[in-house]
Amino acid sequence: MKSAVILINALAVVCLVFAFFKDREKTRRSIIVAARSFLRILPLVLMIIVMVGLFSSFIPPDKIKTFIGAQAGWSGILAIAALGAVLHIPALVSYPLAAALLQSGATIAPVAAFITTLTMVGIITLPLEIKELGIKLTLRNSLSFILAVIIALIMGMVL
Amino acid sequence: MNIQNTEKTRKQNSSQKKILRDYLIFGAALAAGFILLIIFPEKKEAAAATAWSYFSEMMVILPAVMVIMGLFSVFISKEQVVKYLGKASGVKGPLLAIFFGALPTGPLYIAFPLASALIKKGARISNVVVFISAWACIKIPQELVELQFLGFKFMGTRLLLTIFFVILMGLLIEQLAFQKNKNRFTPDKEK
Repeated sequence: MKSAVILINALAVVCLVFAFFKDREKTRRSIIVAARSFLRILPLVLMIIVMVGLFSSFIPPDKIKTFIGAQAGWSGILAIAALGAVLHIPALVSYPLAAALLQSGATIAPVAAFITTLTMVGIITLPLEIKELGIKLTLRNSLSFILAVIIALIMGMVL
Repeated sequence: MNIQNTEKTRKQNSSQKKILRDYLIFGAALAAGFILLIIFPEKKEAAAATAWSYFSEMMVILPAVMVIMGLFSVFISKEQVVKYLGKASGVKGPLLAIFFGALPTGPLYIAFPLASALIKKGARISNVVVFISAWACIKIPQELVELQFLGFKFMGTRLLLTIFFVILMGLLIEQLAFQKNKNRFTPDKEK
């Protein structure tokens, strides 16, 4: 777990140094953009953390197991995949949630289905997508849903 | 100029309102949590410990993620993406589409007009589909956060499967929807 922290911070520092030598003004603007997006996503992150804390102490693992664990089966996977498709929460926030679910007894497949449809399928952005790209390319969303379920099932089998 | 400015301030106002709303929702969640824990004090320790461990894990990566995303969104222009991807062909096409899609350059709704510009420039439909899909679900900083919380095996397997299926889907959509009227997006050539 620690290596990810080192990796991502090192990447940020390298990019920052490189950018600074390339164009100071743009780097300054990038940092403002970064600070703004940080403040924008912070409430969501904090909210998910509060919910994960409560959730892990209030909801017993066997409840989670029946809904999205080994006993849930197909309907569980499809239901949580649909939930992921409809919800519009940033992927960044979904990973701690997914980790908490796994720790409290969820199996790989439904969790993978959830984070995959969450990012791959966008119901909220659908009208804009149809407007800009036409209905045919928007086939992408329905196909993505099926693929997300397939990806989740494969992950459930190999991991 | 004036119109642009008012448009800009209007957008800023609405996004500020949205942020304020998010903070209020967080405040409400926090308050609800405190009330619950006052009613059930025996849960307090476990809840606080879990929340704290997730909080600290998030805070050591979130600033770096935001810096990387900020840098890419400012330094890589939309014109550059369209320029490189518009003329990419062969095996290079889907690979470049994934690469440019995975760069942390902004939210999904920015990708739609970009994709539309790519189609007008004559990029292959399959590559455009791969580009949008990669933009939606294979962002580099997100993958790193996934690595942090879900581990290398989970993140790596999901990434490989996603890349494979996204390319497959691009080809499939191209075949299914655009085989009969390939010239749909280049009407000038039909004359």
